[in-house]
Amino acid sequence: MTAPDNSSSQEPKDGEELRIGVFVCRCGTNIAGFLDTETVREYAQTLPGVVFAKENLFTCSEAGVSEIKRGIEENRLNRVVVAACTPRTHEPLFRATCEEAGLNPFLFEFVNIREQCSWVHKSARDSATNKAKDLVRMGVARAALLEAQTEIRSPVVASALIIGGGIAGLSAALSLAKRGFEVKLVEKKEEMGGMLRFLGRIYPADVDAREIVSARIEEAANHPNIEIFTSTQVSDLRGYIGNYTATLRGPEDRSEGITVGVIIVATGIRALVPEGLYGYDGRRVVTQIQFEQELRKGGDLPHQVVFIQCVGSRNRERVYCSRICCMTAVRQALMLKEKTPSAGVHILYRDLQCYGVEFEELLRKAKKVGVRFVAFREENPPVVDDGSVTVISDVLGSELTVPADRVVLSTALLPDESGAATSKLLKVPVDADGFFLEAHVKLRPLDFATEGIFVCGACRWPCTVSESIAQALGAAGRASVYLAAGEVAVEPIVAVLFDEDKCRGCGLCASLCPYSAIEMVETDSGTKARMISVACKGCGVCASTCYRRVIRMEHYSDEQMQAQISACLKGS
Amino acid sequence: MLDAGRHPNINILAYSEIAGVSGQAGSFTVQVRRKARYVKEDICNACGDCVAKCPGKAPDSFDMGLRNRKSIYLYFAQGIPAVMTIDAEHCRFFTKGKCRVCEKTCVKGAIDFDQQDEMVEIHAGAIILATGLDLYDAGRFPQYGYGRLPNVITGLEYERLINATGPTGGHLLRPSDQKPAEKVAYVQCVGSRDLNHCSYCSSVCCMYAIKDAMLAREHDPNSRSYIFHTDLRNVGKGFRNYERRGAEEYEIEYIRGRVAEIQEDEDHNPILWYEDTEKREVRNLQVDMAVLAVAATPSRGANALSELLGIEQNESGFLKVDGTAPVDTTVPGIFACGFALGPRDIPESVASASAAACRVAESLGYS
Repeated sequence: MTAPDNSSSQEPKDGEELRIGVFVCRCGTNIAGFLDTETVREYAQTLPGVVFAKENLFTCSEAGVSEIKRGIEENRLNRVVVAACTPRTHEPLFRATCEEAGLNPFLFEFVNIREQCSWVHKSARDSATNKAKDLVRMGVARAALLEAQTEIRSPVVASALIIGGGIAGLSAALSLAKRGFEVKLVEKKEEMGGMLRFLGRIYPADVDAREIVSARIEEAANHPNIEIFTSTQVSDLRGYIGNYTATLRGPEDRSEGITVGVIIVATGIRALVPEGLYGYDGRRVVTQIQFEQELRKGGDLPHQVVFIQCVGSRNRERVYCSRICCMTAVRQALMLKEKTPSAGVHILYRDLQCYGVEFEELLRKAKKVGVRFVAFREENPPVVDDGSVTVISDVLGSELTVPADRVVLSTALLPDESGAATSKLLKVPVDADGFFLEAHVKLRPLDFATEGIFVCGACRWPCTVSESIAQALGAAGRASVYLAAGEVAVEPIVAVLFDEDKCRGCGLCASLCPYSAIEMVETDSGTKARMISVACKGCGVCASTCYRRVIRMEHYSDEQMQAQISACLKGS
Repeated sequence: MLDAGRHPNINILAYSEIAGVSGQAGSFTVQVRRKARYVKEDICNACGDCVAKCPGKAPDSFDMGLRNRKSIYLYFAQGIPAVMTIDAEHCRFFTKGKCRVCEKTCVKGAIDFDQQDEMVEIHAGAIILATGLDLYDAGRFPQYGYGRLPNVITGLEYERLINATGPTGGHLLRPSDQKPAEKVAYVQCVGSRDLNHCSYCSSVCCMYAIKDAMLAREHDPNSRSYIFHTDLRNVGKGFRNYERRGAEEYEIEYIRGRVAEIQEDEDHNPILWYEDTEKREVRNLQVDMAVLAVAATPSRGANALSELLGIEQNESGFLKVDGTAPVDTTVPGIFACGFALGPRDIPESVASASAAACRVAESLGYS
């Protein structure tokens, strides 16, 4: 492999003389204990463009930072390279140091000779020293081509669009409205309230579901900062964080345009209708939601009830566990026993998912009042007959027939049908089961990767009412960070379309961008890509796939990376 | 942790305890006891020269006591703030009156043997409690032999053994003879879902046992894992798929049944006695190591802190909340998040943390 000769590009573009300063950190013994920092410093001094090189005991200390500042001033440095630890911890400090000394912070280059060198080559001092020299040479080569950058700022409209008027959407709306932000709450059904409209008493809150949702609907309807749109769907969405324009299509196909700064998705769930499973007929064999209505109405309740868990879930077709159906079954069993203490109740389950404190307590209570629990295996599902259910007990190992004048099927919970359309419209992903996919499954559960769009409630994953409210508050809090700031600031490491004439408008970049930061626009000279800098995360997918090669990554340009690679291959 | 450490609006007071609180929502005054580290926080930069020279030794609490550290130490490599602490209980100077090697070694002059606990007063409009969890005492289950049988360890000890920065460099070496542990049994619900100990489900142990077993197999293709569970609980996003992958790709054996007793043979191999519910007979399984999924409890300081703040706890010691206001404690202006509110996994903890921050903003009228 031959390395391209990039020596000609080592001149600053505007003709000013290149004056690079290199600071090599000993980091006490963390670096100097395992490689020869003085040798690295001497070597740095010989590199093209370097006019000053210094060794520091700790570059990050007060002393080290003032040595950088003095170095910049006394030697008129216009590029600074620090060879030390990791940018994750110390880049902000060194960038700020450059800025304080009058140098644009993006003319700073960090070389990691600790985590990526001294710490991992503790028993090879000479090789570690040579590797540090290679790394410094690469850093200097890139530094020579660095350009000054300025932070990108963009205003944020102090208004939120919330999609879904269930308990999650309502809770998020009220939180934002109370803090003075304007909310547009969109519900596709004629009535707000979502799933909770069908439920009775819920745990662990121990309140009537309709009461809490009604109270919130009333509060939202009367709140001056909340505008509610029922029987309405979002039909079009354009724009980016801080400045979205949505078209809402309401009753009789009336359309209305709104402008918002952020979006919260709370489209909820539905229960699987178990057509063809266990003799489901909606009368004798019913779903949990149907049984909930029966319990609520009171009157003549069935005397022998059998619950069958995992109907349509935890199987080949739908692998996942719907999280809350075990608890619902236990709760409904308790409600029945409360009304008819002599009723016989059997819950046929695979693994009882009563996690945490309150639901385990609920389970104990149910056992105490005589609810019977029978475990079965996936390969031996219960058989529903007229007036009875037969199951092979996993514990007894034998067949058991229990009387049943009502069979309740605890069916899988699925994302609401509108989820797919919302996903497409907002360009936010769903997982294999159709639930919305957050930016990071552990650390950013309420954010989408696209900045400015958030998710909460059961559309993310089935959850209890308490969990849903907590997520709604969390999403509202996350969204409010942008609304309160009034603007969004972005590091200027973004993609730039530097030659629009050459762009053919193929749209590959826009379709691959994971952050919806590129839109295709019609211009006089045809379709062109337009970069939305404020939404760009600088990942580089667009630049590396653009076959016209007209997208540049600021601060990580092809020339900069090439220079670094060439310097690596060149050897010392 | 890094982001918090360098955020200009966040002031971290580590190695500190709440000593008193007065006032009410919108205007609290909090007394914080900053415990003496005997190291000046503003000067020390954790270079480690003192640690290299320190002659004292103490069990490494971060590594669950599986190895020793020096008497002057950094709690763990990535800890924030990155500042040394002297363990006065094990320091030669504090116990024998002679040494001061660290003081002589430190070129920055960061050691201060005269440092005293210091009281700091903070004024705050709202308070968030995120006190987390501790593990229940594994020694309270004589039938499992923890502390008596060397190769019976807790889940957290396992985490240190399989960790590349841990005492064995990430090799799963069992404590009795430092030989690789290939056959590993995981015993679930040790203290959880047990009226004699913790009545609740700790909610995270089933999943971490599966993860631990997968890590073992990734480390050693000969590894075999057996998870003894009550109900296998996997209600989180993608969890059930993970469980299936455990069985299909990592050959984990899931066995329904509580382990009755653990004994050992002359080579310290644990022998687990359990009921095979499928064959309905009592069987035993000899393994190289057994890992106990000990119940997770509210953090040890939770009771005292709750009393100090006047907030209510539930019967299990977790902070009491109303299900429709899931991060509000029983005292206005004091909010909570994470495991302090009850067992939950990382995503639920993070979501509740955002919720608590949101409630603070609401309560202080930030817009």
